[in-house]
Amino acid sequence: MASNVSPLPKAGPPASAAAVPALAVQDVALYFGGLRALDGVTFSAAQGSVTSVIGPNGAGKTSLFNTISGFYKANTGSIRFFGDSVDRLHAPDRAKLGMARTFQNIALFRGMTVLDNIKLGRHAHMETSLLDALWYFGRARREEMELRREIEERIIDFLEIDHIRNAPVAALSYGLQKRVELARALAMKPRILMLDEPVAGMNREETEDMARFILDVKEEWGVTILMVEHDMGMVMDISDHVVVLNFGQVIAQGEPREISNNPEVIAAYLGSGDVGDLRARVQQGRGRREVA
Amino acid sequence: MDWLFLAEVSLAGIGAGGLYALTGLAFVLIYKATRVVNLAIGEILMLGGYVFFGFAAGLALPTWLAILLTLAVAGLFGGVVERLLIRPMLGESPISVFMLTIGLGSILVGVVELLWGANPLQLPDYMPNTPLFIGEAYVSAKVATAFAVAAVTVVAFLLLFRFWRGGVALRATAGDQAAAYSMGIDVPRVFSLAWVIACITAAASGMLVGAIGGISPTMGVFGLSVLVVVIVGGLDSVLGAMVAGLFIGLLEALTGAFLGGEFKMLATFTLLVAVLVVRPYGLFGTHEIERL
Repeated sequence: MASNVSPLPKAGPPASAAAVPALAVQDVALYFGGLRALDGVTFSAAQGSVTSVIGPNGAGKTSLFNTISGFYKANTGSIRFFGDSVDRLHAPDRAKLGMARTFQNIALFRGMTVLDNIKLGRHAHMETSLLDALWYFGRARREEMELRREIEERIIDFLEIDHIRNAPVAALSYGLQKRVELARALAMKPRILMLDEPVAGMNREETEDMARFILDVKEEWGVTILMVEHDMGMVMDISDHVVVLNFGQVIAQGEPREISNNPEVIAAYLGSGDVGDLRARVQQGRGRREVA
Repeated sequence: MDWLFLAEVSLAGIGAGGLYALTGLAFVLIYKATRVVNLAIGEILMLGGYVFFGFAAGLALPTWLAILLTLAVAGLFGGVVERLLIRPMLGESPISVFMLTIGLGSILVGVVELLWGANPLQLPDYMPNTPLFIGEAYVSAKVATAFAVAAVTVVAFLLLFRFWRGGVALRATAGDQAAAYSMGIDVPRVFSLAWVIACITAAASGMLVGAIGGISPTMGVFGLSVLVVVIVGGLDSVLGAMVAGLFIGLLEALTGAFLGGEFKMLATFTLLVAVLVVRPYGLFGTHEIERL
């Protein structure tokens, strides 16, 4: 349990660099034929913050995620990651730079155990070539095993999934699978962690666990978080910055408090009318968590 | 019952089974990595036999050089086919891709007939001819050599998948392409690699099959037995291809010897139907795979 008292290797960035946002999305547009999935999207995520992207279904949130992580190529605009443009990089190269993501519908390697899934997160950071693999015995192997073990223990302890480490992922509950996905993303040594609906389909207890993990990742690991989420209570609770998308455009952004009172945002969510109801729900969600 | 005869037939059957297993492996590799049911595998095997014939007999190159060149040509062929024919079909219906491989098979038969004619040809002898006895049972030295080569190749593959990072990447890609891509695994390269390795394997198999029984444009029907092998074993299971390969080789040999050659197909396809009734995904296949 108390094995992770040692100073965490991934501290925050040097103070001088803090002005550079972890992620800067500038004027990004993405078209599918005539459909504008994203249209002039501009926002940034400050280092060490939690930034949430919200919006109704079909607003382009997942498209935005896919564009940032390199699954789609933006038609126009640019994306900077800690100041460097990643526009020309494919998804695997972006992953190597430290972009880790989870998926809306869980994308685990079924048929593998929890531990194997997490280990695979380190794949991008291992430089072993075929020749090394043939020479793979002895010191190099031992060193790597130690490194891996440390990371795994730390992640596994942290996410409280030790009891299922050898279980096949397919056998786990939905909430636990989501947690394993998070663990695997953490094993990628992320500088930014992109969570696509981390608590969708979870019950309240699981949601609260997940919210706690996300905050801990931010605070203890110094990882910047970008998340898409529909659970307004959680979004308003743990975000530093909220970006609202509708029909592929950013219609508002700011602190959670401003956003929850923004009539345009509320209208986008509910159509016209019934503004009071959503406001009540948003504020209720907030109160719930403050009590907890 | 003549036990010696039974032993000889069985050994010959297992020898042939080794080649089924090897070719089945080529099939499984492509299916596992790219989810493409490659019905051209028999024709690619045939192509291997002919290309070897071209180098060894046509150009009269030394055997070792002809083998290496054949493997190289096959690898190149696999890479080109993947890049030009299969990759553009990504995301299309599996049936379309499946039809495409049937077309590819027909084209290969046509090309081979144009270049070398439709008559069966004899490969230059490159394997030992001295009869081999295991105890008292006679085994054709060619069959024994082919089996040994197949066995060594299969074992080499298993080790490679287990310990080489490319093997890990392959398994991850087979598990979930999106997740693999997001974790720094270059999925398109895995696709390419799978086709290259599979075509090399099929060509190797073709050289062995051709050395035993000669080559002809119709030797692609070998692929039909291989299809039975991989369906029985499970389309995505390396172990399944090995076990089913040996078993079906044995079954064919025994049926051929004791019931007559015309019952071979009846026996294997009866087995196929029986296995599919009990285990629709094959003996060792993953449950979710598509049922053919």
